[in-house]
Amino acid sequence: MGGKILLVTTDQQRYDTLGCNGGTLARTPVVDGLAASGIRFERAHPQSVVCMPSRATIVTGQYPRTHGVWMNGVPLPVDAPSVATTLHAAGYRTALIGKAHFEPYLDPFLRFVENALAASGTEPPGGLHRGFEHLEFATHSALGPWHYSRWLLAEHPETLGGFYPVLDESMQVNALVGGDTGAPQVKANPIPREWYHTDWVAQRTIAWLDTLADDDDWFTWMSFPDPHHPWDPPESEMHRIDWRDVPLPAGYPERVDERERLLDDKPRHWRQWYDGSLVSNYEAPGQWVPATLTSDQVREVNARNAVECELIDEALGHVLRRIDERGWGEDVDVIFTTDHGELQGDFGLLFKGPYHVDGLMRLPLVWRPAPSSAPAPAVVTRPVGLVDLAPTFCAIAGVGIEDWMQGAALPVSDADAEGRGFERVLTDWDSELFGVGVHVRTITRDGWVCSAYRPGAVHDGTEGELYDLGDDPLQRHNRWDDPSLRSFRGDLLADMTDHQAPSRQPRLALEAPV
Amino acid sequence: MRRERHGSVTAGRGSDRRHVRIAAPADEVWSLAGDPARIHEWFPGIVGCTIEADTRVITTASGISIPEQIVTDDPLLRRFQYRITAPIVREHLSTLDVLDLGDDTSLVVYSVDADPATMALVLGGAAGNALEHLRRVLERSL
Repeated sequence: MGGKILLVTTDQQRYDTLGCNGGTLARTPVVDGLAASGIRFERAHPQSVVCMPSRATIVTGQYPRTHGVWMNGVPLPVDAPSVATTLHAAGYRTALIGKAHFEPYLDPFLRFVENALAASGTEPPGGLHRGFEHLEFATHSALGPWHYSRWLLAEHPETLGGFYPVLDESMQVNALVGGDTGAPQVKANPIPREWYHTDWVAQRTIAWLDTLADDDDWFTWMSFPDPHHPWDPPESEMHRIDWRDVPLPAGYPERVDERERLLDDKPRHWRQWYDGSLVSNYEAPGQWVPATLTSDQVREVNARNAVECELIDEALGHVLRRIDERGWGEDVDVIFTTDHGELQGDFGLLFKGPYHVDGLMRLPLVWRPAPSSAPAPAVVTRPVGLVDLAPTFCAIAGVGIEDWMQGAALPVSDADAEGRGFERVLTDWDSELFGVGVHVRTITRDGWVCSAYRPGAVHDGTEGELYDLGDDPLQRHNRWDDPSLRSFRGDLLADMTDHQAPSRQPRLALEAPV
Repeated sequence: MRRERHGSVTAGRGSDRRHVRIAAPADEVWSLAGDPARIHEWFPGIVGCTIEADTRVITTASGISIPEQIVTDDPLLRRFQYRITAPIVREHLSTLDVLDLGDDTSLVVYSVDADPATMALVLGGAAGNALEHLRRVLERSL
């Protein structure tokens, strides 16, 4: 028993950017169509809200505590378990095309396969890397050692200067502003659409699929770098959405006093970052102060982000058409998701960090089982996690779920989820960089999200957040200190502790900022 | 009131430190790690180097040549220090110390100070990996 599996991931995409999830800005008919004939998940959370730990969870099926990638910059050990290894051993052809990021990017010594491979081709040393036999890498930057950047440099070097420079001269995430509104990480990019990394990832995926025999089983991970910042999609496509017409997101408090009141209701690092007095993590521009964010900047960022989402949807459409042309359409399981979300104006903030709210935690997740299996379309409202993806691939392939996997195959309905105990999802944040440490433990269950802050640079271990996702869908009213909820809060925290995965010891070393 | 004391992710200057304990006498460790001409034998990602007077030029696996000024090469203290003089850093000092633990084992400490701070972590991370490689090389030769 085998199959064909297309895993489609994006980077830093919000739940509400898809039409099927209620999004109204980006047109996403391809993913919407998959959702209509498959299973759409309304409460899918990552186990970390930054790239490397979250992607390591996808490939290992383990929580960050166990696979050991506790923050960006910690490489996933080369011998870590991988679902691709399992599938390859079961006879699957395996490929990862696009953004991997299991290994740090800032690597002048090219110590890591992800950064060294492109110089020699697409087949890793020894024939497999993390179970993948074919690897072609791309990321947000046009400059670097990866396949896309090398291709761009060789074929279209005149385009390199059109991209936004991801890092500044201090190798910090760049705070350079651009666009019509002076928004950070925004730039008009004159690159033709067909040379942009979104279409490149789809083109290379099609090229890989074209090498396969009709009866091959395959697992292909197509990993788009967008809509992660920088927001520099091909300017030729920006006519689709005029930022001036973009409504402000529900999560963006337009009035400054309201914004600051909401931030002051949360643990102190929220307001400190907003004011520019604390930069707790590397993932946002260190020299940018969120308090300077304007409504028009939020509109422009959302417009550019939406255009990037549309391009991804169309690129996926191209790949699915090629799959149909190969005669595989009835036999392919497609799973579409992302690694984590983006604040995108919520609470007057952009980017990401130790902020466990829906903007970063509620993910798009759609599973369209192979039509030949006659799936019943469904919407699953119970909580699931990216940790459940690897077991799902095993279930699709008909191979046993590995002992080292810590999730379960995704449910196909709420009844299935209830029957198999999908009650909670856990998310951790850990970062320690140049003397600044932040540690957050979060559980989502019973319609509530509860985050406990451990002692760190600005937290003493007593702070937390508690939100009722039903009555307070924007997470504006922190109930952590509500005496009437003290017992319930304690129950949630105890349940979280009871279900924490074992920690890898000794802790893996941080080897780069990202 | 609780006094908040923390560093800064955006500090101009940053510091990092890595160490490894090696089951080999300090003199033996120093003969490899302290020889500036042999760095490519134990530092993954450095594929070659040349030395002229107090200038060492290393070549990375990515093909980049990075000039360095040798600041200290003290076999009695078993301390080696160098500064990267290429414009990838505004300021830099790396220090390698080999400490005799007295039981035929050694502690090797690699410290990096750099501006920008990000480079301290990038270099420190690579150095930490290199120290593990150094340990494997030396313990394999025993």
